[in-house]
Amino acid sequence: MSRKVLDILAEEFGDAIVHTHDQCGDETAMIDPASWKQIATFLRDDPRIAMDHFIDLTAVDHLGRPTPTEDPLRGSDDSRFEVVLHLRSMQKMHRIRLKAALADQADDELQIDSLADVWSGANWFERECYDMFGIHFSGHPDLRRILLYDEFEGHPLRKDYDAKKTQPLVDYREEAVDRLPPFKDDEGMPFGRRTHAGVERAGRGTARLAERNLLGFTAPTGPTSGRDSSPSSEDEGKA
Amino acid sequence: MEPVDVELKDGELELPTDSMLVQMGPSHPAMHGTVRIVVELSGETLTKADVQIGFLHRGFEKMCERGTWSQCLPYVDRLNYASPMLNNVGFVLAAEKLLGVTVPERCQHSRVALSELARIADHMVCSAAFAMELGAFTPFLYLTKARELIYDILEEETGARVTHAFARIGGMAAPPSDDFGQMIRDAMPSVMQLVDDTEALLLKNRIFLDRVEGLGVMSQKDAIALGWTGPVLRSTGVPYDIRKAHPYLTYDQYDFDVPVGSAGDNYDRFMCRQAEIRQSARIIEQAVAQMPKSGPVNIDDPRVVFPPKDQVHNTIEGTIRHFKLVMEGVELPAGECYSYSEASNGELGFYILSDGSGTPWRVRIRPPCFACVQGLEQMITGGMIADVVPAFGSMNMIGGECDH
Repeated sequence: MSRKVLDILAEEFGDAIVHTHDQCGDETAMIDPASWKQIATFLRDDPRIAMDHFIDLTAVDHLGRPTPTEDPLRGSDDSRFEVVLHLRSMQKMHRIRLKAALADQADDELQIDSLADVWSGANWFERECYDMFGIHFSGHPDLRRILLYDEFEGHPLRKDYDAKKTQPLVDYREEAVDRLPPFKDDEGMPFGRRTHAGVERAGRGTARLAERNLLGFTAPTGPTSGRDSSPSSEDEGKA
Repeated sequence: MEPVDVELKDGELELPTDSMLVQMGPSHPAMHGTVRIVVELSGETLTKADVQIGFLHRGFEKMCERGTWSQCLPYVDRLNYASPMLNNVGFVLAAEKLLGVTVPERCQHSRVALSELARIADHMVCSAAFAMELGAFTPFLYLTKARELIYDILEEETGARVTHAFARIGGMAAPPSDDFGQMIRDAMPSVMQLVDDTEALLLKNRIFLDRVEGLGVMSQKDAIALGWTGPVLRSTGVPYDIRKAHPYLTYDQYDFDVPVGSAGDNYDRFMCRQAEIRQSARIIEQAVAQMPKSGPVNIDDPRVVFPPKDQVHNTIEGTIRHFKLVMEGVELPAGECYSYSEASNGELGFYILSDGSGTPWRVRIRPPCFACVQGLEQMITGGMIADVVPAFGSMNMIGGECDH
């Protein structure tokens, strides 16, 4: 397998390339995160490489892996996260994988340059990466969650996010009231919410909904309360 | 159409100029999946659009990290549920790339034939829904009937109508049946006749043409930068098809063409899919003809492939082999690889990392329509609200794949 792109990269950015490999024929370069955008722009603009086709951007969490020296996946770096970018050239038909390691830092400091103005396709992929791993892309035009909702707690593809973790119920979004008219009393079902065993589950809609004022989420009254406690197993099955 | 900007004198009647915020979806009768498009309207013209996805997010990538490699197969089935076989094959190709094995020729032809059947079914779903969203109900019925003929073959071969989970790392769950070729030869004429009838109904229909031609246009350069692949990219005139550009399986042994469009509008996207149905039919014909009648389907490696059932039940070695493969899974060598194949919507990539155990460290899917739907905002902004429906329909967003 040719290492043509890797050779050009090594020649141009000797110091910024941490290590390279071509396992399974995939040319891969681990680079210094500080040069992330610079190298990406070079890959797009250099006529010898011309990586104009954006393919994929994602991340990997290496939390809990063995030390880097014993781990063939990680080369010499012991950082926790790796941002992984796949690119392709439409004319030259070659591909490259670019990786940058990020240390385990506080949420706000976990960041790398955004490539959204290098390839417009990076926009959503970076939002997804932020959503799933909590990696901030500085300079991104609109970095918000994409697959999950704003109130979601944590970043699910991190290895320390327990797959069995449940999320708290979300309050009704006040600011959205004028966009989404609230349900009337006879609409909607209280899916997934704890209901009192004595209250009949018959029919859509009901006095129960009105009484608890679920839509406004004011303090629940009476024995049917318990919005904050976890749903019982019986209700989970039904929901 | 641009909103007319009229200067008003004092005292003259002024129409309300506030723009209106409209939410299309997440469940909209004219929408082709679960998606919400928040649009800001000035009259009927879109001034801003925000495409919001994620309503079908099921944590596919997280789920894959909990089981063995083989246990990912039913999950990948449910990514693009209109063509599960293509996802299946894409995933096992990734695992086999990391493993460094190539499946026997009979298996490769079999995978190609089944994949192309799935591709035809997928394109039919897209075209059918696309036509129906524009009010044409008969093509929907025709294409659904044709798809049912294909599902019959797939059901006969794999035992399941939709979610087959039929591919295996290092082979297939079962060899192709003796009647496979004959079933295809029997069904294909009816399928192609229905496809022709559909086109005959639509392409002379003024309403249909008015709503697809010249609308939802995307330029080549933007499409490439957005990461578009598959029929939507080819509709802009880029002849990029992984089956030709980077052949895998036995695609280099077949004679087929890559249809491309020129304008990159809704019409071209629709016609690209229609033309691809015909090309897929050609591939299937050749694959079935070239497929050896007998011979192994699975690779000969006891660490990867399940032993035959009579060995499992009658020999201790077979039992142990089976037990280890079920409990510990196929152990892929430590490392990473990115494998890509041409799914019905474009490049379906799997970036997989193994730490050497039977459980994936990370399975990343690169869904083709995630990148495509990303371009929707650009396509519909500035147009009329009624044009959102055909533009979105021709993208063929599949929620399961787009939302992971």
